[in-house]
Amino acid sequence: MFWDQESETLSRPALEALQLQRLQQTVSRLAARVPFYQQKFAELGVGPDDIRRLEDVRRLPFTTAADLRAIYPSGLLAVEADEPVRLHTSSGTTGKPKAIFFSRNDVNTAADMIARSLVAAGITRADVFQNMMSYGLFTGGLVMHYGAERVGCLVIPAGPGTSERQLMLMQDFGTTAVHILPSYALYFANYLEQKGIDPRKDLKLRKAFVGAEPHTEQTRKRIEEAFGVDVYNSYGLTEMNGPGVAFECEQKAGMHLWEDCFLLEIIDPATGEPLPDGQRGELVLTTLKREAMPILRYRTRDITSVIAEPCPCGRTHRRIHRITGRSDDMLIIRGVNIFPQQIEQVLMSMPQVGRNYLIIVEGLDDLTVKVELSDRGFDGQVEHLAALQNQLVEKLKAEIWVRPKVDLVPPGSLPVAEGKAKRVLDKRSL
Amino acid sequence: MSATSLLAVFVENKPGQTARITKILADANVDLRWVTIANSGSFGVMKFLVDKLEAGLQALRDKGLMVSLLEVLVVETPNRPGALQSVADLLGRNEVNLANCSGFVANNRAILILEVQELALARSVLEKAGLRPMTQEEMLRL
Repeated sequence: MFWDQESETLSRPALEALQLQRLQQTVSRLAARVPFYQQKFAELGVGPDDIRRLEDVRRLPFTTAADLRAIYPSGLLAVEADEPVRLHTSSGTTGKPKAIFFSRNDVNTAADMIARSLVAAGITRADVFQNMMSYGLFTGGLVMHYGAERVGCLVIPAGPGTSERQLMLMQDFGTTAVHILPSYALYFANYLEQKGIDPRKDLKLRKAFVGAEPHTEQTRKRIEEAFGVDVYNSYGLTEMNGPGVAFECEQKAGMHLWEDCFLLEIIDPATGEPLPDGQRGELVLTTLKREAMPILRYRTRDITSVIAEPCPCGRTHRRIHRITGRSDDMLIIRGVNIFPQQIEQVLMSMPQVGRNYLIIVEGLDDLTVKVELSDRGFDGQVEHLAALQNQLVEKLKAEIWVRPKVDLVPPGSLPVAEGKAKRVLDKRSL
Repeated sequence: MSATSLLAVFVENKPGQTARITKILADANVDLRWVTIANSGSFGVMKFLVDKLEAGLQALRDKGLMVSLLEVLVVETPNRPGALQSVADLLGRNEVNLANCSGFVANNRAILILEVQELALARSVLEKAGLRPMTQEEMLRL
């Protein structure tokens, strides 16, 4: 099933020709209208005429999160000030947020990308779509909402309300698909279990879209097993419209990145040099269709790699692998680089481990991992718990090269944050 | 079956946990006949012999606690020096490892509570030596 079969299955040469044309238009508009880029182009001695082939994108300047914070709140508008119709911002947990402006066409394009993505995962107008992401400045609410509405689903703008209310909506309106944070999905599974509700029998759920948080393949499988649904991974970021940058199709084997809207590069984060397909590096994105606020070569800080092989689904837009790390999340403990996902991967491979965990770093680089037990994790014998604890310490040590302290805690005892889950607590005073 | 079931509750090793759990049992009108706490660093397991097993189990689970039923063997031994030694010797000679053991004397009767991995083997070894494990009912009548 396709939303826009022609665009989604363009031949590679046709797609690349379209990308080049749109890149040239974008650079011309920035050179004519946006002082921030005018200055950068002047520093690098580059201009619209230098973009003759797609590879020439490498001559253009990078844009960083720090750049976007520095120009807050005015944005990098390439349109008249009265043109934008929508504002979103990133969460701004590390200081000023990043403000992103949308024109009416930008809102439409973003909705189209979501519509393509949902249909690629088998969503139809018959679906009842419960959007459990936060509405407001966060793009996961409104942008997804517009896309699902465009497909023709009945969209329930549930937002991140209480589990009790989410369940009531699911039961009363026969929800078939949800958009949900992976950490909340695991928590909600616990909640249903406690309520004695079997989602397979008692609910009509068939598909779940998870995003906005990095998670592992094991977490996907756990959510699928807990609810009896197909779970599709997605990738997006506020700076690039929010959700709908890349989505999995029904193959569930990597996320198609909509290349007619975004030009993708994978670079070595240390040198900025391009890396070949298949090699892991930082994802860099350039908007190709955005009117209000085009962005060149945005450093996403997300680590992934490109799957160049054609997908059996027929879409020609290349796929990216699950995000395996984020340079921002990286912890440096006793000189070792550690990604929280490495720890999650170890934990989720153990059936005795439950659905929530917390990584705490304190003192002189002391790493503690608090781990909730699953119902299967306790048989009444303290010796078995001690053995599990040792096993976790050893497995984690093998994965991250640092010996952590492991605390076993009862299910439901760790805090679950509304919005993005708090998985790492760094109490070191830097 | 002549095994006795205990309530085993997972607890974090921090102040107030014992009070919290015993209050739940008290509120459910569950009477404690025997209790032990096994610690392992940051966590531990509290084990209870109670008069109303199901009610105790339900009350603890309703409060979100991790509870498991643990089967143990309870035997009465003569109340005299060397009694524990002879049971331990008997089990040891038959390759039964004692994971945990506790005991008390009530009304001049000596009672041993044995936690072992090889429950069936331990039972037959004890029975052959004339030490028949008590049933839950017998245990509660003590």
